[in-house]
Amino acid sequence: MKFLCIECDRQMTFEERELPGDGTLAIAFSCPGCGRRVGMLTNPFETQLVSSLGVVIGGRTVPEQPMEMVRSTVATGKDNAFGESRGPESVLGVTWSTDAVERLAKVPNFVKGMVKRIYTEYARDHGITEITPAVMDTARTELGLEGM
Amino acid sequence: MPLNIRTYHDLTDPDASGLLGQVGAQRGRVAARLADVRRVVAVMSGKGGVGKSFVTAHLARACARAGRAVGVLDADLNGPTAARLLDAPRTPLTVRDDAVLPAVAADGVRLISMAQLLEDGRPLAFRGPEAESFVWRGAQEVAALREFLSDIAWGQLDLLLVDLPPGLGRFAELATLLPTPPGVVTVTIPTPESGDAVRRALRAAVERGAPALGIVENMVGDQFPGDAADSLAAEFGIPVLARIPFHPQDAVWSELAARL
Repeated sequence: MKFLCIECDRQMTFEERELPGDGTLAIAFSCPGCGRRVGMLTNPFETQLVSSLGVVIGGRTVPEQPMEMVRSTVATGKDNAFGESRGPESVLGVTWSTDAVERLAKVPNFVKGMVKRIYTEYARDHGITEITPAVMDTARTELGLEGM
Repeated sequence: MPLNIRTYHDLTDPDASGLLGQVGAQRGRVAARLADVRRVVAVMSGKGGVGKSFVTAHLARACARAGRAVGVLDADLNGPTAARLLDAPRTPLTVRDDAVLPAVAADGVRLISMAQLLEDGRPLAFRGPEAESFVWRGAQEVAALREFLSDIAWGQLDLLLVDLPPGLGRFAELATLLPTPPGVVTVTIPTPESGDAVRRALRAAVERGAPALGIVENMVGDQFPGDAADSLAAEFGIPVLARIPFHPQDAVWSELAARL
């Protein structure tokens, strides 16, 4: 998927992505010539269709987690289907704030271990020592974690 | 007035999304994971209720008892039965750094099945908008099948048996995901009706380049008269690997395992 600035005949550059709500995926591109910015918005159906393929518009910034699609998309998974061999935070030296722990507690157990690992690795990669809800929001947008 | 816009490939700056590259990477992970698997064999049939899963489970156990390292991938995502047939433990699957460890079931058979992941008695359902969900559900199921191949730490296997659901679709998906088409063992019951359905499935597999390894005729006895296995074997030039009666002795499975 590429965007072309017709007036400049220049390929536009991917800038950022956001999840503004209601299943919309918003992606911003800009023209390196004239600076014009455009936003591509997908409806929930289109967002779902793309994510069903296991691909990330804008490119994947973190490695795929084991059974990522199954864990993030199956709605009828049982709570104790998966067990982590070790907690990621103990390995990566990252702590969770009380608010972040409360928010994580709302994630279904089926996918919780994977979500915790992703946020923890994000924090480590960005030099963040404590994960807060704000960090989770930023990571969710930057990493393209639709539905997590 | 025409826009005269250049084509996708005329624009040479990188595609930030690289969707094709991401799909290619998915396939690469499948190939890498299966590099230590000597042989992938799909157990299939165009017909439901002929005993594919029953044959798969007992064949896997017989192979394991003969000293071969065997895995079973239950590709029947909506009606998974392999976990029960193989007495899989009901403990959580362990997630390691880059993979999930398979359950170790009866006779040491390594197993992954959707039954291990779903709440008891609940159907496989996906998150997402209900409207037009048939469009993306197929993609979700293929993704699950792909992850069963690429994200399970199968380790070194002599044989990975893939238990397919009835019909043709899942075989086509499997063949697309694998680096090369799998060998195929086809299960039928003796009746001509079963033979008709199995013929279509077997033809589809052969036309995709899959080696047809042979036919297993299940539920042999007076209840289901016919010669479907012999007819199919003659038509496709492949052997009848086993004829399984309603109440088989262990020797039947050992003999089948030895022929595969």
